[in-house]
Amino acid sequence: MSAATLSPATVKPAPLNADDVRIGPRATLRHIGALTRRNLMRIKADPESMLDAVLVPIIFTVLFIYVFGGAMFPTRAQYIQYMVPGLLGTTGLNLAMAVGTGLNSDFQTGVMDRFRTLPIGRSAVLLSKMAAEMLRALVSFTILITFAMIIGLEIKTDVLHLLAAVGLSLMFGMSIVWISMLLGMSLSSPQAVQGVSMLVIMPLQFGSSIFAPTGTMPGWLQTFTEYNPLSALADACRGLINGEAFSHSVLIVVIWSVAITAVTAPLAVARFRKRT
Amino acid sequence: MNRNDIAPNDRGLSGTNAVEVRGIVKHYGETKALDGVDLTVRQGTVLGVLGPNGAGKTTLVRILSTLIKPDAGTAFVGGYDVLRQPKQLRRTIGLTGQYASVDELLSGYENLYLIGRLLDLPAKQAKARATELLERFSLTDAAKRPAKTYSGGMRRRLDLAASMIGNPKVLYLDEPTTGLDPRTRNEVWDEVQRMVSEGATVLLTTQYMEEAEQLADALTVIDKGKVIASGGVAELKAQVGGRTLQVRPVHPAELPEMARCLHETGLTGATFSADTGLLSVQLTDDEQLTAVIGVLGSRGFGIAGIDTKLPSLDEVFLTITGKSGPTDAVPTLEKEAVA
Repeated sequence: MSAATLSPATVKPAPLNADDVRIGPRATLRHIGALTRRNLMRIKADPESMLDAVLVPIIFTVLFIYVFGGAMFPTRAQYIQYMVPGLLGTTGLNLAMAVGTGLNSDFQTGVMDRFRTLPIGRSAVLLSKMAAEMLRALVSFTILITFAMIIGLEIKTDVLHLLAAVGLSLMFGMSIVWISMLLGMSLSSPQAVQGVSMLVIMPLQFGSSIFAPTGTMPGWLQTFTEYNPLSALADACRGLINGEAFSHSVLIVVIWSVAITAVTAPLAVARFRKRT
Repeated sequence: MNRNDIAPNDRGLSGTNAVEVRGIVKHYGETKALDGVDLTVRQGTVLGVLGPNGAGKTTLVRILSTLIKPDAGTAFVGGYDVLRQPKQLRRTIGLTGQYASVDELLSGYENLYLIGRLLDLPAKQAKARATELLERFSLTDAAKRPAKTYSGGMRRRLDLAASMIGNPKVLYLDEPTTGLDPRTRNEVWDEVQRMVSEGATVLLTTQYMEEAEQLADALTVIDKGKVIASGGVAELKAQVGGRTLQVRPVHPAELPEMARCLHETGLTGATFSADTGLLSVQLTDDEQLTAVIGVLGSRGFGIAGIDTKLPSLDEVFLTITGKSGPTDAVPTLEKEAVA
């Protein structure tokens, strides 16, 4: 290293008043693709991170069908038809709430700084998390439905209605992902994110029509379950799989999903931009 | 080779500034992390930003990498404004932090490929660039292993490789050798010197005087968010008093005699300590070192060992600020009182 090597590298002179370049939608799609690949490779490198997606639906099904099923409904088969469609929704919720924990630990390492010093759209990092999460949820839904069918679930409509139920659960789950990301970026540690997530999940999950009909609940709880979007989601999935009325509850779920996304997605992106 | 012998004004005179920082202020609540910092880095040179922990070095690097926004002041990197042109600026820079910012679960290759893709290299080129950099940083054998299995030095090299993918014109190295063993530190130094010889401009933060001496053309010393000194390495070294030669005699009893001999031959500034058994001489140039050893040898003193010591960062601060350095160390007396 000597003075002779100091020949100035050429730097493109920037017009002083030029606005910053915009990153086009095609470039952003490429970035989302590259980052989604990263997220999937992380799962491949750490298969244990799929345990929740694989085991939780099976454990929930076994637990509720065999422990509570007999006590709640005249036959176990009836309870399977009642409860499993609702499990679709709660599975999506559970997986979605785990996203924030992962995002929070990303911030604890230097990786996020690296991404943020690259010329990519800020939303690409979040959207790629979302994409990987959708794939995880689809795996989980497949396992749930396959397992439930083995122990007796009957699809009383057709594949299209079943897919609609899956799509609806996925859509609702993805709107919850934004809330989880907000928590992940607002709380200090992965443990805190997990704790708060549990506080959100528990009342929503059990204060709903997923596991038991709401008729025997006290009035205040019935009111809560009525407005709980998870009840609407469970009712909609039940309708779609068991061939009962579903259009009203589907509409409610769609409205909830769109509303949650419309409010929390911009907040999450803004939070991501601001986060230092 | 010894770049420090060249006066700072001799270099880069024709070059323009790759980094220009004017009056940058950053508050964190009540604390002023940066309190009006000015600095410039000429194209193709290395600026060492020296300062203790908490001086504001990392805050400065984060502002110049668009990770945080300054509260006041302006900063241009490669001609781009950190506030108004962050995306263009990000194409110009590479950042290697104190903590390796690679994905631990991904292999070295996958880490580099991902960054190549995020920098809009086509898949084929991203692949080629990743392979090339793994080769260059001697990581080819470990290319397929997850980064979490890498040693500290390998991780740091992967991190350097990651910041090189886009051929950045300006590199920020934020304490690149903190926590590394001496051998790995030398490897990192070699790599940095190579990058500079290929035309990169480097802003290097460090706590180590020795690192600054090895790598930097010019220095800016920061303390408590303020620039307290800046100039060429030689210039600052002269201010601080240069190196100290330490001689360990075979017979410690000869220490007073040795000091007297040196004094007689006109080599002033020798002191000795019976406790440590060392003779210390303040050096202002290399000839002095030769002279001291020559005198001691010709008078027949047995020498068991010699060593030269750079002023520590504490001593630099002591000299520049005229007050005690930035250490939070408990004074020895108190420590003893507690024990």
